[in-house]
Amino acid sequence: MFVARSIAADHKDLIHDVSYDFHGRRMATCSSDQSVKVWDKSENGEWHCTASWKTHSGSVWRVTWAHPEFGQVLASCSFDRTAAVWEEIVGESNDKQRGLSHWIKRTTLVDSRTSVTDVKFAPKHMGLMLTTCSADGVVRIYEAPDVMNLSQWSLQHEISCKLSCSCISWNPSSSRAHPPMFAVGSDDSNVACGGKVQIYEYNENTRKYGKAETLMTVTDAVHDIAFAPNLGRSFHVLAIATKDVRIFKLVPRKESSSSGPTKFEVQIVAQFDNHNSQVWRVSWNITSTLLASSGDDGCVRLWKANYMYNWKCTGILKGDGSPLTGLSGQPTAMSTVVGSSVQTSQNALNGMSAGRYFFPPLDPPRAGTRYGHLLPPSSLIEHCDVESVQPQQQALPHRLSSRALLTLPEAEAQ
Amino acid sequence: MEEVDVDPPITNIPAVGDGKHMGFAWGPGDILVYETQHKASGTSRSGSSFIHEVRKDEDIYSPILRKLFNESHHIFVGLQTIKEDLPSKTKKPQFVSISKNYRSVIRACMEELQQAAISTKDAEEATRYGNQVSILLATELIWNLCEVLFIDAAPAGSLLLHLLDWVRLHKADVYEKAREVLQSESPAEHKDFWDVVVSYVLQGKLEEARQMLTKQANRQPAAKNMYKLMDSLLSKMPFYNPAGTQTLTEFDVKWRHWHEEVDRCLQDNSFASNHHLELICKILLGDEDTLLECKELLSTWYHFLVTRLLFCHPTVKPTELHYYAQSCLTMFLDLRSAPEALDSILLAAFEFDIHQVIKDCSIALNNWWFVAHLTDLLDHCKLLQSHNLHFGSNLREFLLLEYASGLFTHHSLWQLAVDYFDHCPEFGRVYLELQIERVPLDTERKALKVLRICEQRQMSEQVRSICKIMAMRALRNNRLGSALSWSIRAKDAAFATLISERFLQDYCANGTFSDLDLIDNLGPAMLLSDRLTFLGKYREFHKLYGEKRFSEAAKLLLSLMTAKIAPRSFWMTLLTDALPLLEQKEVIFSAEQTYELMFCLGELTSSMSTTAPGTDRPMQEEDIEQTKVELLRLALARNLAMAIVKEGTIET
Repeated sequence: MFVARSIAADHKDLIHDVSYDFHGRRMATCSSDQSVKVWDKSENGEWHCTASWKTHSGSVWRVTWAHPEFGQVLASCSFDRTAAVWEEIVGESNDKQRGLSHWIKRTTLVDSRTSVTDVKFAPKHMGLMLTTCSADGVVRIYEAPDVMNLSQWSLQHEISCKLSCSCISWNPSSSRAHPPMFAVGSDDSNVACGGKVQIYEYNENTRKYGKAETLMTVTDAVHDIAFAPNLGRSFHVLAIATKDVRIFKLVPRKESSSSGPTKFEVQIVAQFDNHNSQVWRVSWNITSTLLASSGDDGCVRLWKANYMYNWKCTGILKGDGSPLTGLSGQPTAMSTVVGSSVQTSQNALNGMSAGRYFFPPLDPPRAGTRYGHLLPPSSLIEHCDVESVQPQQQALPHRLSSRALLTLPEAEAQ
Repeated sequence: MEEVDVDPPITNIPAVGDGKHMGFAWGPGDILVYETQHKASGTSRSGSSFIHEVRKDEDIYSPILRKLFNESHHIFVGLQTIKEDLPSKTKKPQFVSISKNYRSVIRACMEELQQAAISTKDAEEATRYGNQVSILLATELIWNLCEVLFIDAAPAGSLLLHLLDWVRLHKADVYEKAREVLQSESPAEHKDFWDVVVSYVLQGKLEEARQMLTKQANRQPAAKNMYKLMDSLLSKMPFYNPAGTQTLTEFDVKWRHWHEEVDRCLQDNSFASNHHLELICKILLGDEDTLLECKELLSTWYHFLVTRLLFCHPTVKPTELHYYAQSCLTMFLDLRSAPEALDSILLAAFEFDIHQVIKDCSIALNNWWFVAHLTDLLDHCKLLQSHNLHFGSNLREFLLLEYASGLFTHHSLWQLAVDYFDHCPEFGRVYLELQIERVPLDTERKALKVLRICEQRQMSEQVRSICKIMAMRALRNNRLGSALSWSIRAKDAAFATLISERFLQDYCANGTFSDLDLIDNLGPAMLLSDRLTFLGKYREFHKLYGEKRFSEAAKLLLSLMTAKIAPRSFWMTLLTDALPLLEQKEVIFSAEQTYELMFCLGELTSSMSTTAPGTDRPMQEEDIEQTKVELLRLALARNLAMAIVKEGTIET
């Protein structure tokens, strides 16, 4: 892993959320400075800010993209007790040339009486639906019946969870066997209040969401929650950020009656306390082969299951407080990469090389040397070309690093 | 397999304070991280507002390695088509040849990287290329050994010959050195002369060694006999010939005789006066200490192993290999503290522990290319199943999915990944579905490409979604024709209705249709939505009218209203369109048709008058509407009269 690029976000206060659009060509950022910015990736991979506007009158906690089937639509939620829906309008050609885009507010959802802590669009097969949860313990589900008119949203469901809500996640499964389902987490730290993760499921008959399950084992404050892509399985996988990282499997019980909500057998798959304290965010990659979590230890940790479904930490991202040497968009962007690769080799000395362990490098071939002509290079390990102009430090760390790695390691693929 | 905990690698993120909270967001090929503060604390303001893009695989961005991915993809696809039911005897040569193909792709890639490393002026880049070369070199070395041991699975006798080839291939610098020596003015006096001879002997290249020795013999006539004796020893050394009639036992007997002869020569001090020849003689006897003295020339423990087998145990069986390998490794590496990853991998291979090889390679190599392809090949050879039923295709699929997912993050390599997913029976399809809908649809061409892949695999939901995205995008940019054709492809009736509506609105505003080609050629697609049907039929009316086929046009126009295809809001426009037809000299609408038109008008005006009080339309507009209605009534009445007259006339 390496830092390919650093982008100066230029928010005047803390960034609270960064969100990729569905195709990974755009991102949105939001901040305590009450603004949202939209960034577009150019052909060469550079990010350009194409819109920046004040969205709320308080810190903006989360920003999220609707599926592109619904156009270019963002939703944000804020400390100012509202959530808002934004749509990009195709502007004047003038703006396009200047690389700017226009976003207009389609609606403000003002039903909450407290800070709106999370906002998520429902899976696209359900239509254009937006869910919010708030500190007063209410989950609200809104629907835009006409996708061409985003100024009309109707409050379809209001679900009281009794506990201050911090996060919400939809089960992405579009299988007919799985009715719409979401999980909501509470950051109420009172252990006596019981389970902090509740699962709600839509009931066709009553046309209402009913509580299907409460994860009774999760009694500490929950800060984030994420369903994994379903992968066509009968069960669901849920990651939870609480005082540790937990991964649960929710297996629908066969005997559950058709009228009531599905009952689940809740199994814990993995539990990691490596963050030492509170875990704040959890999120899956596209195919749910990797789970990322961030916590009080200041690290982002990547978790991976091998083919026997054993979970292991496979990477750590950690701030080192070092100054930044280059910025995206500048010709110096390369030096960012260089900067981080130097760090990598330093780390290699401690036996913790970034990414994977590399075989010791050959001396770089030079025109005119024997090695230069030789194809393939003559030796794999013993490269004793005395005349080598290669600076010592190049070869040395690798040799040391390889030694440090000896005790042979658990394979990711094990 | 034992569980050993290893510290996960740490990637440092610049400009984020040590211990500060970090937020992150997954992207398709990377992860974004930024400094933040999750606790609601008063002292929030922080200095850093950078977002860092962290990537995993840099390899796929190398243009040279891209060739490796491309070409190995062809081999992979070819391998998948080998028939399951072929007898293993005919399959084995195929597998070996596929394995060789993979290796030659690695070699070609290595050569290119080597060239690139030489030609670049950037030291940084040269190092990077150098690193890649060394990785590929190791990859090929391991692969080749796996090919010898697992795929070709040579029996005793042939086994050693294969191992010799393996060492010769990867210790090729001796030829380079030999050329240098031979091209010098006086090869026999060259400082590297004896190194070359000994290296040849160590590799069992005795013919070459003999040729070199004749040069030395010519220079030292006094020692002629001694050289002659050595030449005869070298020439007499028996090598097993798997194609010949000789049995392994016969070979073994012959070899022992030769070995005894060499031993006698050493005992009677035949070479005592020349320490070089004496050294060679000891090598031929496989004397361990002597071989270890040649450490520099052997350079690796596995060369040592093969040389030792050559001169001590030429009939080594596969099952005995691990014993010799382990002891050679220990003997050879006594000065070094411990073996490296590559050593452990090779050792695992000699132990025939395929899973350990794959596992260690997964850790040691920086991408999944090698393990995925090798494991797939071994799985086809049925080596994983026989080894342990529980793993097998699970492992193969796991690695292929990882590799293909990596390819999918690349803007062009993702197309290769599709075939890999196709050959993963358990999760391949789901992975493909998840990944392919994330491919950015930058252009219509790319969208069509993605679409074709989805259509070929009956991925109807993805097909629908892609078309919908494209339709929405076209609509947002006011390209109605494109929007319509995408929504027809998506079979999205609601959206087609919406776009048809827009077409009709545009027509009402401008009096012309855009995208005539599309609308004229809707065909059965027209039936997708009522509004689209109307759009198509209405356009057909215009065409008939333009071609002066008035009575057909009139019939169609009327049917649009009577069959309730036209939306009520559009009836006034349709009736207005009827006006010029009504005012033609000849009668077009029959009396019956005129009645029907009148009925339509009546229905329209009555509904208009009921809604009128509610609406607050400006007087002027209402006036126009009123005038229109009156004009229509007049025209209808006149036409009715004419029609009755005409119809009456014909009857008589």
